[in-house]
Amino acid sequence: MSRLTHLQRLEAESIQIFREAVAGSERPVLLYSMGKDSSVLLRLALKAFYPSRPPFPLLHVDTTWKFRAMYEFRDKVAADPAVELIVYQNPECVRRGVNPFDHGSATHTDLWKTEGLKQALDHYGFDLAFGGARRDEEQSRAKERVFSIRSAQHRWDPKAQRPELWHQYNTGKQPGQSIRVFPLSNWTERDVWQYIHREQIEIVPLYFAAPRPVVERDGALIMVDDERMRLGPGEAPEQRSVRFRTLGCYPLTGATQSTAATLTEIIREMLLTTSSERQGRAIDHDSSGSMEKKKQEGYF
Amino acid sequence: MAHASNELVATDIEAYLRLHEHKSLLRFITCGSVDDGKSTLIGRLLYDSKLVFSDHLAALEADSKRVGTQGGELDFALLVDGLAAEREQGITIDVAYRFFSTERRKFIVADTPGHEQYTRNMVTGASTADLAVILVDARKGVLTQTRRHSYLVSLLGIRHIVLAVNKLDLVGYVQDVVTAIEADYRAFAAEIGLTDITCIPVSALRGDNITEPGPNTPWYTGPTLVGHLESVEIADDLHTGPFRLPVQWVNRPDLDFRGFCGQIAGGAVRPGDRIRVLPSGLESTVARIVTADGDLDEAVAGQSVTLTLADEIDVSRGDVIAAAADPPSVADQFACHVVWMSEEPMLPGRPYLLKLGTRSTGVTIAQPKYKVNVNTLEHTAARTLGLNEIGVCNINLDRPVPFDPYVQNREMGGFILIDRFTRATVGAGLLDFALRRAHNVHWQAVDVDKAARARRTGQRPAVVWFTGLSGAGKSTIANLVEKRLYGEGFHTYLLDGDNLRHGLNKDLGFTDADRVENVRRVAEVARLMVDAGLIVLASFISPFRAERELARGLLSQGEFIEVHVDAPLQVAEARDRKGLYAKARRGELVNFTGIDSPYEAPETPELHLDASGAVSAEACADLVAEYLRETGILTPPPEGL
Repeated sequence: MSRLTHLQRLEAESIQIFREAVAGSERPVLLYSMGKDSSVLLRLALKAFYPSRPPFPLLHVDTTWKFRAMYEFRDKVAADPAVELIVYQNPECVRRGVNPFDHGSATHTDLWKTEGLKQALDHYGFDLAFGGARRDEEQSRAKERVFSIRSAQHRWDPKAQRPELWHQYNTGKQPGQSIRVFPLSNWTERDVWQYIHREQIEIVPLYFAAPRPVVERDGALIMVDDERMRLGPGEAPEQRSVRFRTLGCYPLTGATQSTAATLTEIIREMLLTTSSERQGRAIDHDSSGSMEKKKQEGYF
Repeated sequence: MAHASNELVATDIEAYLRLHEHKSLLRFITCGSVDDGKSTLIGRLLYDSKLVFSDHLAALEADSKRVGTQGGELDFALLVDGLAAEREQGITIDVAYRFFSTERRKFIVADTPGHEQYTRNMVTGASTADLAVILVDARKGVLTQTRRHSYLVSLLGIRHIVLAVNKLDLVGYVQDVVTAIEADYRAFAAEIGLTDITCIPVSALRGDNITEPGPNTPWYTGPTLVGHLESVEIADDLHTGPFRLPVQWVNRPDLDFRGFCGQIAGGAVRPGDRIRVLPSGLESTVARIVTADGDLDEAVAGQSVTLTLADEIDVSRGDVIAAAADPPSVADQFACHVVWMSEEPMLPGRPYLLKLGTRSTGVTIAQPKYKVNVNTLEHTAARTLGLNEIGVCNINLDRPVPFDPYVQNREMGGFILIDRFTRATVGAGLLDFALRRAHNVHWQAVDVDKAARARRTGQRPAVVWFTGLSGAGKSTIANLVEKRLYGEGFHTYLLDGDNLRHGLNKDLGFTDADRVENVRRVAEVARLMVDAGLIVLASFISPFRAERELARGLLSQGEFIEVHVDAPLQVAEARDRKGLYAKARRGELVNFTGIDSPYEAPETPELHLDASGAVSAEACADLVAEYLRETGILTPPPEGL
């Protein structure tokens, strides 16, 4: 009898999670960030409900500071008739022009993303949100449930999480509570790339190496993506062949020097690399338990 | 292993990808206590399979110096001890999932803590595992906790065991130590039905026999731990069993397509196969196996698919589509093992929700036949189950469900229990078998029915359920209401807490479990009286919402009238007609509602009476009578009801 490969099993489990979540919620939504994990998540959602459209919209909590290539990619995805996309920007941030230069990376991320996400969920009354987080990303996520209960204030209480046995997920909630669902929980970075390769999933071109204007700042290569980028004294953009392993707000996302311009070259580089993908992200560096703190406050 | 892989990556990435696309997946659980070096073992597995990135490694080196237990050397345990709070305590307190992979397999490791109070976590981790690695400290041998872990592993249906005798470096790598431990373990394991055991001597700290054979154990010729995990054959009974598809979602994009989505929980299916839908029993034939990647000729256990059928028959979420020739049974009463996972104890008779497969239904659990001491495997009598306790109980479902015994199919026989109010998962269970009596006891159908009796009495039968603190005035008001109705010629009966406790309920005390049983019996008696055509006035503290809802559930719509006799605790306590509050305050009475046992006020009672003293008992009785009149209880039902 044919035995399933690890990717087939991961895919089947993720599809089961999608269907279970939809059956157990009133108003689900998929949090979409244009990253590679989001692309995989979207592919799985399309598969789970085929030939129907996924019975939920995509929500992009925007910061206005993403790479231009990410916005182009987003608009292309939204043009698919099977996809409904909602874009939300925290109006308070728009009004005050919150940006990473004047307000610092922590405040910028907190107000645009953490606050913005809470506002968007409340505004649209979503009671369940799919996210692309994986357990292999960070220590505190290794214990995250697939179905994670959040309080009415969107807080994560590590002590109130429900035991998950077999493939039995409890989708019940009290008034005001909501659920975050992570269909990629058991995927690793390798699995994600392998799946992108197998399925030929389109990803934002920033993942591929190309000559891009960058400046070196605090040991990271920051891309000068538009005229809003503020240059320090003596800083001058130079063209280097770089790519991104993770995508976020461009002034806060470090590039790596690379010439890997195809999918297989990226995968080769990833397999040979010795640093983790989150290394390029400013937010994780504050302290060793910082992701856990962010999560308790409602960061995805 | 990792090196060979890297060469292929560098020279022929396409070949590498092809190789890795065809890897299989093994899920296993590691069992052992903090002291057995379990975290160290997992940290070592991640480290040796090159899954520790340099930035993580830098953090590990820094942490090892700061809080490590290896005198500044790398402390692998720090790689896996997750949450900040736990890291400070130096113990893991939950199930964590780790991932590593080799040339041949991807592994998902459920890492669960080993100490006494965490049965819940081990059961959770074991529920999805195909294999268990049981760690034993070579200096200590088979301990109580080794037995406990093995029992839980066997209970959850794991058949493949690796006995990893760890810390060999601390006993001088002596073979006799390992031989003795293995013999000891095999003798015990056979008693609980575990026979597939592979014993591997290791030192997680030094790396002996983890990925490479250890130079210190020339006497050991078996596989390394990773070598064994890579190659062990997990005979998948699910693939050979009968076809089962619990329906998750009905897919209807348009009028022409109606597909049934689910993950196959057993067996295989092909277009043309004859199927039966349970519990309805309707049969049809599989028309197509639809996936986004095209229709399939065959689908097997583990795959998520969408089936279309040749006939238009009624199928909805919660149904099971099964092989027509070998369908699952359908029943509503079972004997099962229950693992309790909540701080609040399990209360026999309390209604919970049960989720089995994709079906949810109400359930009550009978008093356990016994509970199992997981350390000694002894059976002891029990009235309830507390956190981390395991018992054998009968359960009674609101509706019949399709099932297979857990030992035959985990997904068709494993269920979770959910609290109706908090919606938390409070327990898990394994179906052992259906009870015969479920099929044989039928409600006696009679010719003179409830409506006929009600017409004779000129009233609509109902239960007026007075709930509130002791001393709130429930019985006083109920008495006044009965006098008034009796005076007007209605047929009534007053059920009073104190009176029932002298007879029917005299075997019950005042623990939470006994209170639940008390109210359950009262509710059943009230139901019979309603069937007899009476207006029943029930006066009980009935402190728990769940039991009042149980009573409501036994009756028809409109027959249950919940009256909250609401007096503040200070007022009720000041009245203290029976002197009970004083006794409770002195500690002579325990489990007294309002003092050391909670009262859960009704959220939406039919009637709310202010019993603080502002309104007289007579006025309260008037309000009740008025409500009964307005809702038509005091008028005869029309013909044909």
